[in-house]
Amino acid sequence: MSASGLYNEVLMDHVSNPDNNHEMPDATCSHEGINPSCGDELTLHLRLGDDGRIADASWTGTGCAISQASADMATDLMVGKTPEEAREACALFERMVRGEERDPDVLEEGLDEASCLESISRMPARVKCAELAWRTLDEMLANEADGGSGASATEA
Amino acid sequence: MATMDMTAFADIQKNPAKEDFPLLVGNPGLAFLDSAATAQRPAVVLDAQRRFYETMNANPLRGLYRLSVEATQAIEDARAHVAAHIGGGAGSQVVFTRNASESLNICAKDFGASVLRPGDEVVISIMEHHSNLIPWQQVCRATGAKLVYLRPEPDGTVTDESIERAIGPKTRIVSMTQVSNVLGVEVPIAKVAAHAHAVGATMIVDACQSVPHMHVDAKAMGADLMAFSAHKMGGPMGIGVLWGKPEILDAMPPFLTGGEMIDSVTETDAVWAPVPQKFEAGTQDAAGIYAFDAALAYLEGIGVDAIEARERALAARLCERLEAIPYVTVYGPAEPERHVGSVAFNVDGIHPHDVASLLDMQDVAIRAGHHCAQPLLTWMGGINATCRASVAFYNDASDIDKLVEGLEFVWRTFHHER
Repeated sequence: MSASGLYNEVLMDHVSNPDNNHEMPDATCSHEGINPSCGDELTLHLRLGDDGRIADASWTGTGCAISQASADMATDLMVGKTPEEAREACALFERMVRGEERDPDVLEEGLDEASCLESISRMPARVKCAELAWRTLDEMLANEADGGSGASATEA
Repeated sequence: MATMDMTAFADIQKNPAKEDFPLLVGNPGLAFLDSAATAQRPAVVLDAQRRFYETMNANPLRGLYRLSVEATQAIEDARAHVAAHIGGGAGSQVVFTRNASESLNICAKDFGASVLRPGDEVVISIMEHHSNLIPWQQVCRATGAKLVYLRPEPDGTVTDESIERAIGPKTRIVSMTQVSNVLGVEVPIAKVAAHAHAVGATMIVDACQSVPHMHVDAKAMGADLMAFSAHKMGGPMGIGVLWGKPEILDAMPPFLTGGEMIDSVTETDAVWAPVPQKFEAGTQDAAGIYAFDAALAYLEGIGVDAIEARERALAARLCERLEAIPYVTVYGPAEPERHVGSVAFNVDGIHPHDVASLLDMQDVAIRAGHHCAQPLLTWMGGINATCRASVAFYNDASDIDKLVEGLEFVWRTFHHER
């Protein structure tokens, strides 16, 4: 890995200048995710549009740079997707951080900037940080598909 | 090991011991600053482990042939050596376990469960490792005893007042770490033990972070039972020690039962073997115990006093260098010389896991997290995690320089000053 590797400019830009780190008063659903062992705490917010697609996504909470940047990239990526497409992206991210999908074209195509977190698959202690937002999103969308209530929580 | 140049050993700019450690020789660029989690092993320990299997391998205790007798003798020699290393006493006072956690579980769930009555109090400090905390939570719940915390000063200093507040007429057991695995601060065990004994309580000491770094005399400081592990002192992983006063160990029931811990068995009953075999059901890691013996011999070959002096100088320098960085907060005693091995710290606004990952990219190995001491971190003001750098005698000043340079890199990474 290069000197700062994972902590590259793309990731650090999401840490310093996050796009989606804010509350969402008109959210359709919110879901909290925590990593008890690291103390990462994120709440993901989504607003579904009339066309059934994700119209807006944001996150709030505290944690390490990896969990926060990953949440920012995840919420960037979700906008415009149907819940099914969003869950497919979450599944692809999960495969990437578990080291099961390494094809850069597939990752770039499916995850856009979040593909820069590929090297986390070689840092097992940090996988939980990276996947927290994606797991939380996936849980929230699964709950929604089941007709679940607005607010809920996931423990990684 | 060639004869150590002790003048060089006393100088933290030099590092004559490093060549004895194959992992450090094989990773010349590595600054290993996580010895509080586990120490590196000298070649003599690795050689001993191999020698056991090559020259004396047989199941100890039961065999009536030469090899088994030698294997048994290897364990008994190690037992006597461990006893001598912590202040003397008979080898039979040394029980080998799998790790210090198991030793402390025996203290709580065997000794504690057999003596605690509803309303009794167990005193531990807020600085305990989870290994000396959760077993007491469990046994207190099971027996109706109350768990009482000794709360030191904010920097971890255990004062006379804090001891007097915590230990009282209802105290039945006091179980305390001698050195905090987070703050590196030393607890005055002799004072705590004197208070414990004055009210008729039993004194248990978690010596995991003290025995590797200083002279510990279990009996002189008033320990009744004491736990520590081999792997933090250059021995193999998977070997723990439970040391105890003979009358206490004799009165305790066995913890695990089965092979090698009985004198005789009938269809309905069994007679336990004497201490220490009573506590050592099943086949022991005889090779590991033999290698632990070699680790003690290695440490004593250098000299525990010389090791203690070098490590105090290293820890003090580590603390001073960290305290001098404006964006670093150091926890524990402000006096650098009061840190035994470990220094906990945080970098302003940067999560400890990010600090550790970025340091790793600079070949600097530290620990980050809650250090199995979550109640301590909560008590320190709701801190979720800290970084912790810890030193051993095979470190030198350049390892600390690398850490400081690494922290500058961490800071630059987060502040766009590439």
